Amino acid sequence: MTLAPETTGTTTAPSVQLLLENDWFTVCDLTLLTPGRGVAALLPDGRQVALFTDRAGRTYAIDNRDPFTGAAVLSRGLTGTHRGRPYVASPLLKQRFDLESGRCLDDEEVRVATYEVRAA
Amino acid sequence: MTATPGATPTIVLVGHGMVGQRFLEALAERGLTATHRVVVLCEEPRPAYDRVALTSYFSGRTPEELSLTDMEFIREHGIELRLGDPAESIDRAAREVTARSGLVVGYDTLVLATGSFPFVPPVPGKDAEGCFVYRTIEDLLAIEEFARSRATTGAVVGGGLLGLEAAGALKGLGLTSHIVEFAPRLMPVQVDEGGGAALLRTIENMGLAVHTGVGTQEILVGDDGAVTGMKLSDGSELAADLVVFSAGVRPRDQLARDCGLTVGERGGITVDEQCRTVADPHVFAIGECALATDGRVYGLVAPGYEQAETAAATIAEDERAFTGADLSTKLKLLGVDVASFGDAHGTTEDCLDVVYSDSRAGLYKKLVIGRDGTLLGGILVGDAEAYGTLRAFTGSVPPVSPESLVLPAGAGAPVQLGPSALPDEAVVCSCHNVTKGTIRGAVTEHSCTTVPEVKKCTKAGTGCGSCVKVLGQLVTAELEASGVEVDKGLCGCFGQTREELYEIVLALRITSYRTLLDRYGREDARGGDGCEVCKPAVGSIIASLAPTIGAEGYVLDGEQAALQDTNDHFLANLQKNGSYSIVPRIPGGEITPEKLIVIGEVARDFGLYTKITGGQRIDLFGARVEQLPLIWARLVDAGFESGHAYGKSLRTVKSCVGQTWCRYGVQDSVRMAIDLELRYRGLRSPHKLKSAVSGCARECAEAQSKDFGIIATSNGWNLYVGGNGGATPRHADLLAQDLGDAELVRLIDRFLMFYIRTADRLERTSTWLERIPGGLDHVREVVVEDSLGICEELESLMTAHVANYRDEWAETINDPEKLSRFVSFVNAPDTPDPVVGFVAERDQIKPDLPLLTIGTRPLEGSAQR
Repeated sequence: MTLAPETTGTTTAPSVQLLLENDWFTVCDLTLLTPGRGVAALLPDGRQVALFTDRAGRTYAIDNRDPFTGAAVLSRGLTGTHRGRPYVASPLLKQRFDLESGRCLDDEEVRVATYEVRAA
Repeated sequence: MTATPGATPTIVLVGHGMVGQRFLEALAERGLTATHRVVVLCEEPRPAYDRVALTSYFSGRTPEELSLTDMEFIREHGIELRLGDPAESIDRAAREVTARSGLVVGYDTLVLATGSFPFVPPVPGKDAEGCFVYRTIEDLLAIEEFARSRATTGAVVGGGLLGLEAAGALKGLGLTSHIVEFAPRLMPVQVDEGGGAALLRTIENMGLAVHTGVGTQEILVGDDGAVTGMKLSDGSELAADLVVFSAGVRPRDQLARDCGLTVGERGGITVDEQCRTVADPHVFAIGECALATDGRVYGLVAPGYEQAETAAATIAEDERAFTGADLSTKLKLLGVDVASFGDAHGTTEDCLDVVYSDSRAGLYKKLVIGRDGTLLGGILVGDAEAYGTLRAFTGSVPPVSPESLVLPAGAGAPVQLGPSALPDEAVVCSCHNVTKGTIRGAVTEHSCTTVPEVKKCTKAGTGCGSCVKVLGQLVTAELEASGVEVDKGLCGCFGQTREELYEIVLALRITSYRTLLDRYGREDARGGDGCEVCKPAVGSIIASLAPTIGAEGYVLDGEQAALQDTNDHFLANLQKNGSYSIVPRIPGGEITPEKLIVIGEVARDFGLYTKITGGQRIDLFGARVEQLPLIWARLVDAGFESGHAYGKSLRTVKSCVGQTWCRYGVQDSVRMAIDLELRYRGLRSPHKLKSAVSGCARECAEAQSKDFGIIATSNGWNLYVGGNGGATPRHADLLAQDLGDAELVRLIDRFLMFYIRTADRLERTSTWLERIPGGLDHVREVVVEDSLGICEELESLMTAHVANYRDEWAETINDPEKLSRFVSFVNAPDTPDPVVGFVAERDQIKPDLPLLTIGTRPLEGSAQR
C-alpha cells in the first residue's frame, strides 16, 4: 500500500489537512475537491474519511463509513443545503448527515465522526 | 355421483360471469366462504372475465388479461369452481342442482347468475355458416378465425352498443363493414335523434356503412351452406360473407322456468328487493337474468354488482336492498365519446331540454331539466368530458345555468363547474357506489393524500375508471381545504414542477444548475448547494436537452459531474458493500460468440460475479471503483459500450428472435430492437426507460410490460406505451396500430420527448400516463394527431440527441482528467477499499458482509505515520 508523501509547506498550492489527535495530517491538494462532490481519504490507522467542499469553498470532513449499511461510501453521496446547513446524502439508502456535526438528519440516534479540517 | 350437504351449509352459484365473481368476492368479504361450502357451476371453459371490455381482445388484450378471476382467491377461500360444467336442472323440492357432468350438489342457498344470451331474430338462414353472435371470448375467437380465413365483407345486425363494437372489430380485422339497425338511429336506447345524427356522421367518416331504419329479412345462403349476404326490409340486398347478430340480449332464465320459478312476461327471474326469487326463499337471482322490483332487467355491470352485494348481504343476514339502479353509461365507441345518464330521453312530465349540437364537429350535448331546475339527465356525444360532474349533479339543481354546462369553452361558457360544487351525497363512482362525502372522508379522516390512496381506501375509481379525473380534483380540493398546502414543487429548493423547470431550461437555454437555482430556486435556497433531489433531476433535464441548449452532453463534464447520483458519477451501479456492477450494452440481446467470450474473460480476470439480467444482458458484479476503467478499457476495446444500467435513461430493448428464425414470426423483431436501442441509447429521462419488440402476437418479448413496447403484425407494428412490471404492474396501452418502420420511429420519438418534457421526477411512463389530465387519449392527441403543434419540435429534439450521442465509457477511458476520479482514496489511489471484500458462493463471489459490520478495523500492515 502506498500513501501519498506529505507535502506540508513544500508546495505553493494549498492542501487539505485533517487534525488527527494533535497533528495536522495532509491529505491532498485542495484542487482535487469539487464543490458538491466528495473524495475518500485513507488515514494511517486504516480509518476512512470523506472530504467535501461547497460552493463557498468551505471544507468538511466526516467518517466515510455509512452507519446504516457499513459500506464506506459517504464520500460518493450528493451534498446539499438543509435550513442553511451543509449535508451529504448516503448514496445507498439516502439518509442525510450534517457535514459539520455528523448528525443524521433522518434518525436522531445516529451520528458519524467529524474531523477538523483546514486548507493550508 | 351425489354430494350431499353435510354439517356446513352449502351455497351453489350457477354462472361465473362478472356478477357471479363479484358475488363470490362479497361472500368472502363477509366471511361466508369460511362458514359455507361454496360450489360454482360455470358453463364457459374459462373463469369470469371482463365481458365489458370484450372488444379489447381485438386491440391486443389476451383472454388471460381479460380475466377477472384470481385463482389464488378461489383457492384461498376454498371455492369449488367447476369450469365447463353448467347446471342442467334444479330440483327445488330436494334442493339439488344437477350439472352436465352428472354431479348433483345439494344446496341450502342457490344463486342464479346465468346472465343473458344474444337475441338472434328468427330470420331464414340465421344458422348458416358465417353467422355469429358477440358475447363470449369463444365467440370472438371464432369470428377472428373466420374473418381471417374466409371473409372480406362483414355485416352487423344491430346498431346498439355491442353492434358498434362488433362492427369496429370487423373493420379492425380488415373487413368492409356494414351496420344494419332497425331503429331510425344508432344506439337508440342511449341517445336521442340528435345524438344519433352526430354519432352517425362520425362513424360513417370512419369508413363504416350504416343502414338505419331497415330490418333484416333473410340471411342469404350459398350452395355450400355459407352466408353470401342479407336481404333487407326495404327490398335491397347486401353482400356479406360474415354476419354478426348483435340485436340485444335476453335474460337466460330457462333453468328457472324449468323448475317452476316465476319469470316476467318478457323474461327475467322475478326477485324481491333482496334479490331473492319471489317463488322460493332459498333461491336468489342476480345480474342480467334477474327481473328487479322496478320491473327492469339490468344489462349493465354496475347494477349487477349491486345485486351481487345485496344477495351476499342478505345471505349474511345484513339489511340491504336493491330497488333499481341508474342506467348511466359512458363509453368510448370506436374512439367516440358517448355518454347518457339519468332520464336521458326526457320522459319526466313537464321536463325541458337544453341542447347544443354541432354535427360538423360530431358534437351533441343535451341536458334534461325539470321545471324547478333540477338536472334530470342528459346525453353527450363526441365530448363526454363533463360526464363525471353532470352525473353526480343529477337529481339536484346545479349551481350554474344549464346552458353553461353544455356550451363549449369560448362559446360563452365562462363557468367551469368543478366537482367542489357537488353535494356530499352525490355519487362520484357509480361502479362502487361511492359518494363525494366518502371520498372527502378518506382525505380528512383516513389521512389519504393521493388518488391511489383514496382508491385503495374507498374503492372509488377502481371500476370503469371514468370518475378518476373527478376523483383527482376532489382530493386536491379537499387537501387544500383542510389546510394542507399542496406544494407541487420539485423539492425544498424549487417551487416549480419538473415539467416547469424543463420549460425554463429549454426556453432560456440554461446550461448550469447553479444559474437555475440562483435565479429560479425558492428564496431561501438561492446561493445554497441545492439538494440530492433536484441536482440529479436538473442534471437529467440539462442532459436531455444538451445538444439543443448548447450544454456539454457528457455527464461527467464540469458542473454536470457534481449533479449526478453516484451511479451516474461512476458510470456503474453501486451495490450494497460499496462495489459496483457493470452492464455492457448488448443491443436487442443479440451478441456474437466472440463478444460473449470477451465478457467471460473479463469477468474471470477480474473475479467478477456474473448474472444474466431480465433485460437480455449480462451484469458483472463486484468491481471496485478503481477497477472500473481497467475493466472498461478491455470492454471498449472489444467493441462494447456503456449499457446505461446506472442511468435514468434507456436500459434495453429486449426482443424475441422474430421472423428470421421463428416459424410464427411476422416481422424482424431483432433488427427493430437493435435499431431502437441504438437510436435511444443514452437518452436521459425522468426515470429509466425499458422497451421490447415482439415478432408476433405471441409476445415472447413481453413488450406490453414496457415503457414502450412494439408487437409485430402482418401489416407492420403495433406500438404500446405505459407498461410496467415490478411492484406495480401495468399493461401497456395501444397507442397506434399497423405502423411502418419510419412511422413507428417517429411516434416513439415524439412519445419519449413528450414524456421527458412533462413527467415528474422519477415518474415512470405508466404513472405519468395515469396522472396527466386526459391520460392516454391526450397523449394520443398530442403525439399522433399533433393537437398542440409541438411534434416537429419533439422530433427535432430527438434528432439532436441521436446526432450527439457519444459513448460515455469510451470518452472516459480516453481522458486522463476524467479517469482521475476513479480512485479508491485521494491519497492512496491504488489501495483497495478494505471493507470491499468477497467470499465464495456457488463457484462465484458474493459480498463479505461481516466485513461491513467491522468496517473500521485497522488494516493489517497498515502504513505507519
